[in-house]
Amino acid sequence: MTIASSRFDTLALQGVGRSFGPVNALHGVDLTIRRGEFVALLGPSGCGKSTTLNCIAGLLPITNGQILLDGKRIDTLPPEDRGFGMVFQNYALFPHMTVRQNIGFGLRMRGIAKDEAARRIEEAVRLVRLQGQEDKLPGQLSGGQQQRVSIARAVVIEPPLVLMDEPLSNLDAKLRLEMRAEIRRIHNALGATTIYVTHDQDEALSLADRIVVLRDGTIRQIGRPSELYEAPADIDVAEFMGFRNRIDGRSTKGENGLVRIEADGASISGKANGRIADGDAAVALFRAEDLTICPDDAGGIRATVDAVEYRGREFVGLARTKSGTVLSFTSETATEVGRDVTLSVDPGRVLVFPA
Amino acid sequence: MAISIPASRPKLRQRLALRQIDGVTLLLLPALLVVVLLFVYPFAYGLLLSLRPKVGGFAANYIAFFTDPYLYNTIFATLNVSVPVTVLSLILALPIAFRVRLLKHQRLLTTILVIPITLGTVLVAEGLLNYLGPQGWFNRTLIWLGLIHSPIRLLHNYWGVFASLLITGFPFTFLMTLSYVSGVDPALERAAATLGANAGRRFWHIFLPLLVPGLAINFCLSFVQNFSVFPSAVLLGAPAGETRVIAIAAYQAAFEHYDYSMGSAIAIIMGVVQLLVVGLVLAVRNLFYRGSTTGAKG
Repeated sequence: MTIASSRFDTLALQGVGRSFGPVNALHGVDLTIRRGEFVALLGPSGCGKSTTLNCIAGLLPITNGQILLDGKRIDTLPPEDRGFGMVFQNYALFPHMTVRQNIGFGLRMRGIAKDEAARRIEEAVRLVRLQGQEDKLPGQLSGGQQQRVSIARAVVIEPPLVLMDEPLSNLDAKLRLEMRAEIRRIHNALGATTIYVTHDQDEALSLADRIVVLRDGTIRQIGRPSELYEAPADIDVAEFMGFRNRIDGRSTKGENGLVRIEADGASISGKANGRIADGDAAVALFRAEDLTICPDDAGGIRATVDAVEYRGREFVGLARTKSGTVLSFTSETATEVGRDVTLSVDPGRVLVFPA
Repeated sequence: MAISIPASRPKLRQRLALRQIDGVTLLLLPALLVVVLLFVYPFAYGLLLSLRPKVGGFAANYIAFFTDPYLYNTIFATLNVSVPVTVLSLILALPIAFRVRLLKHQRLLTTILVIPITLGTVLVAEGLLNYLGPQGWFNRTLIWLGLIHSPIRLLHNYWGVFASLLITGFPFTFLMTLSYVSGVDPALERAAATLGANAGRRFWHIFLPLLVPGLAINFCLSFVQNFSVFPSAVLLGAPAGETRVIAIAAYQAAFEHYDYSMGSAIAIIMGVVQLLVVGLVLAVRNLFYRGSTTGAKG
């Protein structure tokens, strides 16, 4: 493998901000990325993740802060002088150029000699497994193949950094899973450094070494996938990481360092995040897969089943408590709609945040 | 529960569909009739008229045209003004369109540009008669700036026609160019930039090849308009000299010599020349990529 990522040690974003007129799309973003990392920028639409990526690429000028590559300021350079490879959401392949010309475009712009370029193009084509398609136009390729061309075009220039802007969002579910594995394989094969923008938490969890969760233009949490999955920093991150069930109530002190939330005639214990005093308003959050049906006398949450969905290995149900809170739960057997059930959750799986 | 189906005849459209005729297509008939009456009939009539000359055999008019330099030179006089004007307006329109596509208040600019189209050639020609004249603002400004000492002659010659065609034709060319330029997916330019292409190379390698088909059509439409120049060639040009365009020759044949047959022949020749140029440009266009100008499958 001779296509490799060029050497650099760190890319640092320091207090980076971007405003569109009076609107702050991004403010105070501090982030350091080390060579070889796969970093995912995760967040709902409009959170500033694509803005961050475009600022790093140089496609959007920043209005505050600075971006440093190994200590040198690069935020004043135009995109063509930064030399980062970018994969676009709609692929942005040049429609009038063949696959070979598309992949070779960056090499041509760099004045790489013909045979050297041909060799690297061939290698990039092999890397993304598009042998035999070199002379086709993008319009003759399927979505997945176009995506591969766009990845090959970005990595063939051996960029220090590969930027990917929701590259899988236009593909169907099956292809998305395949390409996800491909992207990780290519990242590992090249020893590349990748920044990957997505709104899909599964994608971020499975691909990234580190995940940066953005919301309203600020970083909410940075961590390894397992950290984010198990210990989200705040309610928004938790809800985004799949803590779909939420119960609001008043806290009381429980045993073993747990807090208890009293609500709906039931009490739920969980791990406290942040300072929660006795009697404070608090929120308990937990996942659907941790909420299960238990015997009626076990003292859980009483609720009526509203709907049940078949998910293959299990059933996911929606139940409504007396006060109207909707909870989703899992069960191994189908539950009748309209039945009254008692639901319980392991206190170790419940996060309690101050409201 | 029984559903009763009325035993009436199926609708006309359904009956036609059964015979593989799409009823909606029949809506084309009125338009087709208009085209036949207003275009096909006069054209065929003119063609036949041109083949029945006052004297001589059926091709006598055409032979007369191509043997008399006073007549056949009008083709070159017309090409001489219409081709440069068309090319120049495209060359001017392109960079302006590139800048304007990034503007927020495009509508104001397009409104300003549409006004000359609505004024019509005659009014613009009248205006230019004053403006470009020896005592007009243009010459006076140049003298005041010290660029010239005596007024330069811009009227009743080639340049008067040139200026008038450029002014009246430019908005049209520009608006078409703008729509083609805006039609190129902006992501392509961004992709080219991240791959190391500066503005000049982005234009040369990405925009230009994608714009060629549009510019070719644009050229054809502007050229056809400019080739049929008549009012400005008479009002601002030298209708007996260097701007004796082919339309003047046709007009003189038909309405000064009362030879409608010859007039028709010249008109037909005019159409053929236009067709040849358009065909040539479209043939060149076919050498280039013609397809979607976006970076993804639609």
